[in-house]
Amino acid sequence: MVKEDYKGIWVFAEQEQGILSPTVFELLAKSHDLKAKLGGSDEVTAVLLGSDVRGLAGRLFEYGAENVIIAEHANLAEYSTRPYANVLAGLAEKYKPSIFLLPASPTGRDVAPRVMCKLLTGLTADAIDLDVDEDGTFVQTTPNFGGNILSHIAIPERRPQMVTVHPKVFSPLAPVSGATGRIITETVEVEADSAYQVLESTPRVFAGKPIAESDVLVAGGRGIKTEEDLAMLGELAELIGGQVACARPLVDCGWLPHEKQIGQSGTTVKPKFVINFAISGSVQYLSGMQDSKCIVSVNHTKGAPIYDVSHYGAVEDYAKLLPAIIDEIKARKQA
Amino acid sequence: MKILVFVKQVPDTDDVKLDPRTGNLMREGVQSIMNPLDANAVETAIKLKEEYGGTITAISMGPPQADDVLKKALAMGCDESVLLSDRALGGADTLATGYPLAKAAEKIGGYDLLICGRHAVDAETAQTGPIIAGFLDIPQVTLVDSVKIEDGYAVCTRLLPDRTETVRVRMPALITVCQEINTPRYPKPAGIMKALKKPRYVWTAKDIECDPAMIGVSGSPSMNKKIFEPPKRNTDTKYFTGPIEDVAKQIVDVFQAENLI
Repeated sequence: MVKEDYKGIWVFAEQEQGILSPTVFELLAKSHDLKAKLGGSDEVTAVLLGSDVRGLAGRLFEYGAENVIIAEHANLAEYSTRPYANVLAGLAEKYKPSIFLLPASPTGRDVAPRVMCKLLTGLTADAIDLDVDEDGTFVQTTPNFGGNILSHIAIPERRPQMVTVHPKVFSPLAPVSGATGRIITETVEVEADSAYQVLESTPRVFAGKPIAESDVLVAGGRGIKTEEDLAMLGELAELIGGQVACARPLVDCGWLPHEKQIGQSGTTVKPKFVINFAISGSVQYLSGMQDSKCIVSVNHTKGAPIYDVSHYGAVEDYAKLLPAIIDEIKARKQA
Repeated sequence: MKILVFVKQVPDTDDVKLDPRTGNLMREGVQSIMNPLDANAVETAIKLKEEYGGTITAISMGPPQADDVLKKALAMGCDESVLLSDRALGGADTLATGYPLAKAAEKIGGYDLLICGRHAVDAETAQTGPIIAGFLDIPQVTLVDSVKIEDGYAVCTRLLPDRTETVRVRMPALITVCQEINTPRYPKPAGIMKALKKPRYVWTAKDIECDPAMIGVSGSPSMNKKIFEPPKRNTDTKYFTGPIEDVAKQIVDVFQAENLI
């Protein structure tokens, strides 16, 4: 492998039933930023797999793709790990991109390691930032060790430099209506995976609206001691017209379902208002809520990382403060 | 049925901090535990064995003390364990971790189902399972929250953010399991006693015929360039102080200012 032979930035244009993942547009936008930082000679290429998906190329151009590689085959109509991995690896071997970005979606995280194995290159998982550092090296930021610490990961010698990128960490470019670019049509032979068959797909039904759509959130974390205290968070949420969300430990201990989890392995939220109780603030949690408009945090540890993103703080034991807050609201509502 | 289950020893993550002087990780006093999702993987294996019969081999890679998590897996009910322990395997990224684990599976041979947790809590890459499956060229089903066996096939449901999917996969196959799949059992004293009598193998890179260029630091395409503490975003946090009732009042004032009540 001669790394100088590898040029350009690829974005996996993940689509399902003809709908592109919004993260694809975010990655196209970031690719232009990286292109500029890397000297401007790397073209931004979207790689689109599916059956009858050619019509999506226009949208990819509008959002910043300079080239779109299209590989269509009946056996690519539905996502399946091995056929998709085979095609993506084959295309990467042929075109030799320097950087290959994929959404850190269930599909992106399912296929990317299989492509990596075929190409014997590096793959950074679920990056929350991408940059070019002072030595001109492409670096990926990932939280580590529970999120108290960030790492810059680099893939210095092997190519392509593969990364799955967390959704919603970058903003898409404003679409340019009617933008076009080069379409590269790839004829691919794809064998279906006879060992893998999706029998059924059922939409999940959730109680209440998703936390990402809620304007007001009351969040609890590891420090919440009892389920009675958790119920108190629910009472407060009801009083201020919001819903309960949480940091990962409350999901890990089985008190709340995964869809209530804020953070990198949960949901990224940007509500108008969020109040955090007994959450110290891992990087994963902070990155999942730090763009909220008004953040209030209650944690008994002075200097906890949660305060670094909070507009208001109270260094108190939540178990004492929470009932006092509820009493105060009730008193004011009666007045 | 022959089941292989992969477990990782991880630091009890909330405790890890950077030394403000040296910028290095302060590992002293940090407890090590079995990656919680790997406990779900072990539980999945044991439940399948209870229902369909077979044997379970628990596999880990790490320094000699990683044997602790294998002992726990044995105490829970696995039949034997393999620890890949060799300085040559140290400093590996995900590719150079998945590769020797796949080589170990090859050496064991005759496997039907490989089970991993969906990710490890220390770096959350969720890559090791798919990489093992990649090197073995077997199908994988990620994010599994239920599994049953039907003549040579594993029928799994996948828990995706917006839907559930039922997948039928021909074995040998690898699955990665979610926390929702089960509640891991605690080892009982009798299980802990029995564990000490079960076969516990320790293999080196040579034992599993690894290509030396594919393991350890030199076999790792990725490198950790630097570690750092997250930058602070908001340095002008307004703190509420005073007696608890006053603090409550100030917070409720914020609720009112934000038109929440």
